[in-house]
Amino acid sequence: MTILKKNALTMRKTLVTLVAVLGLTAVAAPAMAAGGAHHPRSGGFSFEGPFGTFDQGQLQRGYKVYREVCSACHSMNLMHFRNLGEAGGPFYDPHAASPAENRYVKALAAQIQVPDIDTETGESIMRDATPADAFPAPYPNATAAAAGNGGAAPPDLSVMAKARHGGANYIYSLLSGYEEAPAGLQIRPGQNYNPYMAGDMTPFWNGEGHAPAGGFIAMPPPLSAGMVTYDDDAPETVDQYAKDVGAFIAWASDPRATERKQAGLGVMIFLFLFAGLTYASYRRIWKGVAH
Amino acid sequence: MSDHESTYVPKTGVEKWLDTRLPIIRFGADYMSLPTPRNLNYWWTFGGILALCLVIQIATGIVLAMHYVPNVDLAFASVERIMRDVNGGWLIRSVHANGASMFFIAVYLHMLRGLYYGSYKAPREMIWILGCVIFFLMIATAFLGYVLPWGQMSFWGAEVITNLIGAIPLIGEPVLIWLRGGPAIDNATLNRFFSLHYLLPFVIAGVVVLHLWALHVAGQNNPVGILIPKDRQAKDTLPFHPYFTVKDGFAIILFLMLFALFVFFMPNALGHADNYIPANALQTPSHIVPEWYMLPFYAILRAVPDKFGGVVAMFGAIGVLFVLPWLDTSRVRSMRYRPTMKVFFLIFLVVGVLLGWCGGKLPDAEVIPGMPSFTVGDGQLNSFLWLARLLTAYYFAFFLIIMPLVGLKETPLSIPLSISEPVLPPVSDAGQKG
Repeated sequence: MTILKKNALTMRKTLVTLVAVLGLTAVAAPAMAAGGAHHPRSGGFSFEGPFGTFDQGQLQRGYKVYREVCSACHSMNLMHFRNLGEAGGPFYDPHAASPAENRYVKALAAQIQVPDIDTETGESIMRDATPADAFPAPYPNATAAAAGNGGAAPPDLSVMAKARHGGANYIYSLLSGYEEAPAGLQIRPGQNYNPYMAGDMTPFWNGEGHAPAGGFIAMPPPLSAGMVTYDDDAPETVDQYAKDVGAFIAWASDPRATERKQAGLGVMIFLFLFAGLTYASYRRIWKGVAH
Repeated sequence: MSDHESTYVPKTGVEKWLDTRLPIIRFGADYMSLPTPRNLNYWWTFGGILALCLVIQIATGIVLAMHYVPNVDLAFASVERIMRDVNGGWLIRSVHANGASMFFIAVYLHMLRGLYYGSYKAPREMIWILGCVIFFLMIATAFLGYVLPWGQMSFWGAEVITNLIGAIPLIGEPVLIWLRGGPAIDNATLNRFFSLHYLLPFVIAGVVVLHLWALHVAGQNNPVGILIPKDRQAKDTLPFHPYFTVKDGFAIILFLMLFALFVFFMPNALGHADNYIPANALQTPSHIVPEWYMLPFYAILRAVPDKFGGVVAMFGAIGVLFVLPWLDTSRVRSMRYRPTMKVFFLIFLVVGVLLGWCGGKLPDAEVIPGMPSFTVGDGQLNSFLWLARLLTAYYFAFFLIIMPLVGLKETPLSIPLSISEPVLPPVSDAGQKG
């Protein structure tokens, strides 16, 4: 009996210690997020959450921003023009027989020149793109891309929203979040300060107190108000451009997101009903069986 | 149970013909009628869940292999192509990638159940050891599979883990080159990892058959942990089908709901964003971490200051499980009746979770930010390095010191003589109280 009592005491002590430790870690956790980069701001995107879907108008504007601004330096090697006309895509047309037959997609592709081989002569030529073509890359190879951009090749944007914590919110925050570097921060040549970029500013900081959050980014602020003309009445501001291109890249990174969520809803409802049915069978089979 | 007599009677001519040549229907029927302790709780449903996990991984993996290209220049894009252009590919890949995590959730719960209820103790040592073999093969398979998408974490994870082999004295360096197929991780490495990732699941399936065979011979343990006396077989057991097929089935559906939640609504939540950056041998990620299910072992690896010592500790953390049946000195299986051991077990659970937390953090980072600290040896006391060291010490002490000692010192609670005693309402012939 005494042993049992002692055990109960030990257990209580252990539990108290455990609660204390867990409590401390819970307090510690949010503080850990400080330092490094600013937490991305929310772009208020329509596709967030379990039932969210892409706003087609926003995707179209986002494509325009990508095409007219980003694509000068950034490739999207995994994207094809046909993707633009697929279900859920920016230029999806329910009346088109297929994405390849989509007139918007055909017209958009035809605006772009892609390299090819002449089937008669075998010579290198440039021709209008078709829906089957991939987005052409701005540079012939990674070395050329790096050489043209101060030694660091601009990253491919095909899956960028999946490749960064915060996804579209991060892209939106980064593009619209360039700030004047705080006094006391030494900017390296060819670099720009951005509070949303990951990095450690301590080695470059001679100001008071802690080094500011954020990091250096080689890309200068890419967007300015009015640089892309919108066909709808969306404001032509840096903030709106950044949101729209963030949404476009989020769609391009995960073009099956809407299909996935819709299938998921059906699957969850099915499993819920199936679970109920199985539980009823379980109760019935085990009825009167002691266990 | 070992003395479970076959009740299968072949009915048709074909069945009779087959039964005297290859009694495969009898084998299945015997499994279905296996006398199963009637008091098994839901912790016992993870065996069935794990079998399903293995089938899902193999089925989805075979389809993925039809579209995947094991080439350093094409692998990353081929995985993305599967999710974009292959019919249903987004689903198959999401199920396979998240399936690995689900597999590990289930296997950890399955192992903890075995640990708590003493399922590793005689006469079930072989079931446990074969289970440890499966667990080890699972870790190897998961590691190999994580390399295949050829993202940054794939590449650098492979770099870190294969480098461990190089830490082995004398033979390390040549074995490392042999494993990688060259001096660095490159196309040869990716090709052999793909080949082995395809092979190992079938090896796992083979060991699972042995695991089940051993289970069929020794019989299932149960929450009370006692061996069922022969004369109480009828009272204490129920045929596996339909009683436990329906119970397992219900648990499997609940598990699939959790599975579906990740697959359909947060397919990348358990992965690392960096793995969507194509592998780049010239750019080391700021923070290399393995998948969540390997974090506790990663923490143990980094807790030891010496590289080879770390490798020994990490493999030792898994190796110690193999000898568990002989480290536990208690006569009592179930911790239900082991009040002291139960406390140490609960601490072990928390230690395991905290080790995982340490594995995901930089070793030099402060555990409690801003708390004044002092240097102990090669690091601050208030760092994940020292937390991981303390936790690692408990991990090994739990198996090597606590388990043998507590087994000898502890006074267990009184144990019921049979399963039906605590379960069935008291009747005249079951009236003996312990």
